[in-house]
Amino acid sequence: MCLGVPGKVIDVDREMQIATVDFWGVKKQVRLEVCDAPVDPGDFILNHVGFAIRRIPPEEAAETLALYDELLRLADEEDLMAADVRAEIDASPDASRALKGARDASE
Amino acid sequence: MQASDAFAQLKFRDPARARGLRDALDRLVHNADHAPVSVMHVCGSHEQAIAKFGLRAAFPENLQVIMGPGCPVCVTDVPEVDEAVALAKQGVRIATYGDMLRVPGTSQSLADAKAEGANVDVVYSVTQAVDLARETDEEIVFFASGFETTAVATAAVLVDDPPDNFSVLSAHKYIPPVMEIVAEMPETKIEGFLAAGHAATITGSAVFEKFVERHGLPVVIAGFEPLDVMAGLVKLLEVINSGKPRVENAFPRCVTREGNVQAQKLLWRVFRPTGGRWRGIAHVPNGNLRLRDEFAQYDTRKRFTIDASALWSYAPPKLVEQCQCGDIMAGISSPSSCPLFGKECTPDAPVGACMVSAEGTCRIWHQYGGRPDLRSIRRGAA
Repeated sequence: MCLGVPGKVIDVDREMQIATVDFWGVKKQVRLEVCDAPVDPGDFILNHVGFAIRRIPPEEAAETLALYDELLRLADEEDLMAADVRAEIDASPDASRALKGARDASE
Repeated sequence: MQASDAFAQLKFRDPARARGLRDALDRLVHNADHAPVSVMHVCGSHEQAIAKFGLRAAFPENLQVIMGPGCPVCVTDVPEVDEAVALAKQGVRIATYGDMLRVPGTSQSLADAKAEGANVDVVYSVTQAVDLARETDEEIVFFASGFETTAVATAAVLVDDPPDNFSVLSAHKYIPPVMEIVAEMPETKIEGFLAAGHAATITGSAVFEKFVERHGLPVVIAGFEPLDVMAGLVKLLEVINSGKPRVENAFPRCVTREGNVQAQKLLWRVFRPTGGRWRGIAHVPNGNLRLRDEFAQYDTRKRFTIDASALWSYAPPKLVEQCQCGDIMAGISSPSSCPLFGKECTPDAPVGACMVSAEGTCRIWHQYGGRPDLRSIRRGAA
């Protein structure tokens, strides 16, 4: 649960402080208000329980992405690490709705 | 860049780099002026990487890498679980992270309460708990677990005007103070700490400087990939051998000296550190994170009268008395020397919290082969 998972920023709603982030093809809405630096599309962020906690330079995200990619493809259902990575992705709402969807709808 | 493109440059699979790090560790442990050398990490994700990738088989025989109190669910104390269970049995709806469900309280876990009809929801994030509260008029209590990294998320929703029927029962913990406790244990053999990279992403490496000054023990911050862990250990051994304890950052792609200042401000605006027991460890001054008075309206403990006394009349099962979780987290024992491990205590029927959580030492060792120390095999094969 103290794991962060990297994802690629696709779109940013600055007013709502929400980014659409791609995690291995799954698009999620990640909250930006505690991120250490402003993010733009193309940046990578470290996601923890639905919040970006750090902007990561793309070249430094590659290694981590590859490791987790392999983990998600090869690990069985019981694998603790893969489950942690999946839980981090599941922590954010799907971005299939309009970008502002999740928070607007609930307010 | 697509993840598949990145495969071409898989550093963690780079056998030359792996061998180089292993040889460096061998050399450094050999050059130490005593044996064995014992170091502690304080993160379940580090233990997962060590166990899953069989790193202990690559460690020199005289290097002991021990997992300390690095599992926030495992150190959630019995009275904290009792508070959540009592509320649940009172009819209050509880939302919590999955690992918290089966952590034993005095006589029941939240899963037990749920089986008896209590309303307990599993969420992956505090935001989902807030969403639940927005969809209903019922009271929603978020039973919050996690170290400072996770507490920042809880803080973020509390300053974002959550609904009136939402409150937080905080079991959040703060890691730096428990390192002091472990360092001061008379039986401790720990000569240095590997700190968790993602917690340090928030706190920065500077948070450990005073610790190093006070205890003369080095701290190295390490990432979570197998070679990150190896590289962190190499750096830690270098500092131990130098005789000049200091803080080193072996995870610069995520950690800076000052950390995420914005997140720290948010954390300390919402939470105050307070003393409290960590299960099996000790009373840890400043080790618990509780809501500040300004957020009293969202503090479950202020909002409800919690009476857990009904849970205390029941005598806990005898097996619990043999549980070694506390000694394991203090680095004094290990799962393989616990008589219950893998026998009476399994992930399906856990006796202690360390077998419940995906970040618990016992659960991790059980998952990845029971006793993931293959050094005897390595010697045989060499």
